[in-house]
Amino acid sequence: MTGKPYVRKVPRFSWFFRQPRYLRYMAREVTCIFIGAYAVLLVVALRRLAEGREAYEGFLQALTGPASLIFHLVVLVFALYHTTSWFNVTPKAMPVQVGEDFLPGGIIIGAHYAVWLVVSVAMLFLAGAF
Amino acid sequence: MAKSNKPVVWGLFAAGGTVTAFVMPALIVLTLLPAVGVVPDMLAYDQLHALAGHWLGKLAVFAVIFLSLWHAAHRLRITLHDIGVRADLWVAVAVYLAASAGCLATAIYLLRI
Repeated sequence: MTGKPYVRKVPRFSWFFRQPRYLRYMAREVTCIFIGAYAVLLVVALRRLAEGREAYEGFLQALTGPASLIFHLVVLVFALYHTTSWFNVTPKAMPVQVGEDFLPGGIIIGAHYAVWLVVSVAMLFLAGAF
Repeated sequence: MAKSNKPVVWGLFAAGGTVTAFVMPALIVLTLLPAVGVVPDMLAYDQLHALAGHWLGKLAVFAVIFLSLWHAAHRLRITLHDIGVRADLWVAVAVYLAASAGCLATAIYLLRI
């Protein structure tokens, strides 16, 4: 038997617009670009911090500009999408069995949101944001 | 059964996804605030230098950056597959190398503080 196997043509950049479900999947996956970009910003901050007071203060000054505001707002939107989409699948990723039954998904998801709230408020408070 | 590196790769991805889900939004708000005229105390040079100067602070900063970079790299690899890039070996080498370079830089900067 010869002949090439049939490979269905899938358009690279439009398949995920076909269904809302695919689009939500892709939105979740591309959050990684923004998480990665923000991690790079953290590395740059560390570099400036290691270079000394003057370099770091220049970095802090750059954070006050409009470009920084836009960058942070965009990254924040995707980070929030990452957080919510990550928490919402936790009952599937790590189901908790109690005796014969499984703990209802809502409890697992709710616990994650509660811990997230506490962690976020604690971080912002300890860092002196308010 | 054949040996596979999947548990390590995926385990770090999952750990990274979890850590970033919990701490990234608050971190982003902290570094966003200067743009709206509020500089949180922690972002002052002396405070941040003291935090990154302590071994526990170094460990926490390294853990967050390492896990975020690994998480992003792994998900980017999968996403590139989804948009038709099928040279997975090259993609894997590229994204994991980039993440490793970021981690190495982080370690070097932290040790200099």
